[in-house]
Amino acid sequence: MKARVHVMLKNGVLDPQGEAVRHALGSLGFDGVEGVRQGKVIELDLTETDKAKAEASVKDMCEKLLANTVIESYSVEIA
Amino acid sequence: MHAAVVVCPGSNSDRVMIVAFEDAGAKVSMVWHKDTELPAGVDVVGVPGGFSFGDYLRCGAIAANSPICRAVKSHAERGGYVLGICNGFQVLCETGLLPGTLLRNAKLKYICKAIDLKVETSESAYTSGYAEGDAITIPIAHHDGNFFADPDTLAALESDRRVAFRYVDNPNGSLNDIAGILSENRRVLGMMPHPERMADPVHGNTEGRVLFDSLIGSLQTA
Repeated sequence: MKARVHVMLKNGVLDPQGEAVRHALGSLGFDGVEGVRQGKVIELDLTETDKAKAEASVKDMCEKLLANTVIESYSVEIA
Repeated sequence: MHAAVVVCPGSNSDRVMIVAFEDAGAKVSMVWHKDTELPAGVDVVGVPGGFSFGDYLRCGAIAANSPICRAVKSHAERGGYVLGICNGFQVLCETGLLPGTLLRNAKLKYICKAIDLKVETSESAYTSGYAEGDAITIPIAHHDGNFFADPDTLAALESDRRVAFRYVDNPNGSLNDIAGILSENRRVLGMMPHPERMADPVHGNTEGRVLFDSLIGSLQTA
């Protein structure tokens, strides 16, 4: 079973990297980009076969290591 | 007085931290990230600067979950002293021993230079050798030193006078110009600037040495 975790900075947390990307897009001529937020995607290969158990376990991983919940939110997709 | 300095792959300020502890009169042991216990009788743990585990995932995140950091956490929970400098500060935030976290510098640049700090409180073993309001000059060397905490945490840090040092001219976007903070019991200090790099006359000044002398001095008399 595979899991995909999306980790994003929470709203209200300044994302200077996203802002730099927005500026660079503007200078390439891509008008109309009002905001860019940069995050990360983490893919996990799991031995677990039960979807609910896999999801619970990945959420625990997010809380303990994969995301810093002071500044980041996360979402989990199980496939 | 016994200090332990944590060494992870990628630590690079461990040796200079050891020299600063020794010059202040401490006996120092190095502990490896895979160690599960601190040496018996350790009074203070130093978590040094560097790029532990290559800053993979987030600065300090992997080190914070290493076996030795579990021992450091129990040491702090028992009332032990812990000093985290630069990457060490990032590690302590990731362990939860200190609140908040360190984001990428607001202008995205790695900054390496001597900067001016204001000492905000002398009410801690680390800062008792300074007077409140003292201006000191010590170096920073970091890419991720932009202190962030939610508004409630920030308000609590301020009202409990747990901000130890503030930048005079904020170099990295840190909220409230915060350069270093104390834990609730004032025994854990995390700071981005490097006092151990201004601790010997050959460094340019010895304004950082005061921190090590204060700490070791107050632990010896305690």
